[in-house]
Amino acid sequence: MLTRLGPPLTVLLLAGPILAGLLGTILPAFGYLPALGGGSFSLDPFRQLFDQPGIGMSVMLSLSTGLATTAVSLLIVLVFVAGFAGTRLFGRVQHVISPLLSVPHAAAAFGLAFLIAPSGMIARMLSPELTGWERPPDLLIVNDPMGLSMTAGLIVKEIPFLLLIMLAALPQVDLARSRQLSTSLGYGRIAGFVLGPWAPIYRQIRLAVFAVLAFSTSVVDVAAILGPTTPAPLAVRLTGWMNDPDLSMRFLASAGALLQLGVTAAALLIWIGMEQAGAWLRDNLAGAGKRFRHDRVIRAVGLTAMLLSAAAIFGGLAVLGLWSIAGLWQFPDALPAEVTGQSWMNAAPHILDPLATTLLVALLSTAVATLLTLLCLIRENETGRIAGRGALALIYLPLIVPQVAFLFGLQLLFILGGAAGLASLVVAHLVFVLPYVFLSLSDPWRAYDRRYEAVAAGLGKNRLTTLLRVRMPMLLRAVLTAAAVGFAVSIGLYLPTLLIGAGRVTTITTEAVALASGGNRRVIGVYAFLQSALPALGFLVATAVPALIFRNRRAMRA
Amino acid sequence: MVHKRPGSMTADQALTLDRISISLGGRTLLALSHRVEPGTVLTVMGPSGSGKSTLLAYIGGFLDRAFGASGTVTVGAIELTALPAEDRHAGILFQDPLLFPHMSVGANLLFAIPQIVKGRAARQAMAEAALDGVGLSGMAERDPDTLSGGQKARVALARALLSGPRMLLLDEPFSKLDAGLRQQMRELVFAKARGNGLPALLVTHDEADALAAGGPVVRIGE
Repeated sequence: MLTRLGPPLTVLLLAGPILAGLLGTILPAFGYLPALGGGSFSLDPFRQLFDQPGIGMSVMLSLSTGLATTAVSLLIVLVFVAGFAGTRLFGRVQHVISPLLSVPHAAAAFGLAFLIAPSGMIARMLSPELTGWERPPDLLIVNDPMGLSMTAGLIVKEIPFLLLIMLAALPQVDLARSRQLSTSLGYGRIAGFVLGPWAPIYRQIRLAVFAVLAFSTSVVDVAAILGPTTPAPLAVRLTGWMNDPDLSMRFLASAGALLQLGVTAAALLIWIGMEQAGAWLRDNLAGAGKRFRHDRVIRAVGLTAMLLSAAAIFGGLAVLGLWSIAGLWQFPDALPAEVTGQSWMNAAPHILDPLATTLLVALLSTAVATLLTLLCLIRENETGRIAGRGALALIYLPLIVPQVAFLFGLQLLFILGGAAGLASLVVAHLVFVLPYVFLSLSDPWRAYDRRYEAVAAGLGKNRLTTLLRVRMPMLLRAVLTAAAVGFAVSIGLYLPTLLIGAGRVTTITTEAVALASGGNRRVIGVYAFLQSALPALGFLVATAVPALIFRNRRAMRA
Repeated sequence: MVHKRPGSMTADQALTLDRISISLGGRTLLALSHRVEPGTVLTVMGPSGSGKSTLLAYIGGFLDRAFGASGTVTVGAIELTALPAEDRHAGILFQDPLLFPHMSVGANLLFAIPQIVKGRAARQAMAEAALDGVGLSGMAERDPDTLSGGQKARVALARALLSGPRMLLLDEPFSKLDAGLRQQMRELVFAKARGNGLPALLVTHDEADALAAGGPVVRIGE
């Protein structure tokens, strides 16, 4: 059976590029790369690395932005869920936040920059009446040296992710009863949640939290758009070295990639230490019987932070769209003096090629990822064995190993093997698309009522017929939604595209991020708006197609 | 009406359970041997959690691998336990009607009619007749979700019968129906089993089910 191949193929396609890529990073890091004249092992690349000006500062920036992003976004989501889960307000906020998951990091970062920059939308709305500014103030808000804007940009993007992951874990605990119990004992809502169901929920979402931490310690696109420049966070500098026309810089870049691996590992260790401290604190508070009954203010802060993060992304996207059609737009006018399609028309001839590549790579990687996920899940049903903790760790592997650490090596292997091009780009995207498709499809797939299959077997239908005519149609919405998630991930991928595309294959995303340093807001508006519209289009299709096919089937509505 | 089973399906054959034993983690849940004559109902009674549903799963061929099971099931001369689930032709009714929600009522029935019945018109006539037989004439175009609970249960019965089953496996199919409806449905199901000469196996924890079935009763897990 074909399904037998599903799990091994998936393991190969996930672990293969990572392991091969790591090897391709490690060897040049120690000076070995015969193709570039590195014939023997040495520590020179590392000496060179530690001689780079401000390298310690870059490392500290990566660590601090990563830890701050993870802690703050998790805390906001925790307080929000603890304070509001089960209320009607919660459902509404959830509906507002969920679509934000599909917004690419780069577009969200550009949007935030367009809001908070000294000449950004917020300053325009307040000026000159409240601020007295007739021209943009000379403040370094975006690209601030401490990386605060960058951290904010990451937080607003990680909140929807953590919220959705947490929502998926909530059914594991009986929230309503646990709240009744803790309330009857006199505990405040948040305390009742943290002391009660939080521990099992956190165990469920821990790998996702690690993924957030690993991503935000090694992110490149958001850092290039919002992050400090003197010096930049480590991953940004590495990427610069990697793309340096001077090929000998690759030894330095590879050594840096290993340092990045170490930085992310250190961040994870620090986080695990924080987990221990948190658990100790929680146990002590529980033992002391403190009730924390008056948590109204904290709840309000959590809700406000949630809404602010959503407003930052939505507002940012709106401003991006506005800039893309803006004619003359002087500071401090809140709206452009005129609206024009000129920016779109100017960009159109340059945008078609990258757009076609973006769509092609996204569609191919999503199709393969969805197929492999289905094969794995069908295989699970055949063997009756649900993939365990080890398999889940493997699924999360590409999300926890910092991208630069293995993409450098992978790029090198593809170039040396003469395989750089569209196909290798699809393979590289697959490494990141597959985990998300698997994670979004596995829950609804496993929750399917298998008695339907027993009925179909009793009616004399074989497995394939049952799969194609009963299970797949019933799960069509879930499959298409998972595919839309994968599509959105592929659209948003920056570093894999930049490195594996090796400058020859470009997408909307690499083009958009490349525009960051130029600062032409109209062109950035066009690219970033388009970049965020594509995933939205994917989700629209995933919702509209089942709704249309099953328009006369009431039970098929979500 | 009596459905003439198309093809070479067996009718009027007894269902024989020969030394069936089902266990979970080394603990035997049930062990039984029994012969169910065509048109009669064997009732297996037991409290919830006694594993009585696993008996149906074993006969139908969809027992979870976590269970250990042995023993042979035959209908006439055919040993079901040697066949994959789709070749056993067990008409199954669960607590829930489990009509396929993405198909119309008619499509649910057409799906059940064996492939050997050729021709769109013939298949549709068969489906229409089956609806007639459970008192739901002209409902083929309906969305299953718009039917009442009793109507859904009757469509599920019609669907099971249309597939030309060798037997009926009834997993507490009346327990979620209102009291009045329940008695009607019992009579309908048992009448169909008799009329079609089908051996039926009913698992339940409701004494009234056993009484209505009128056949032998086996008690397990007590």
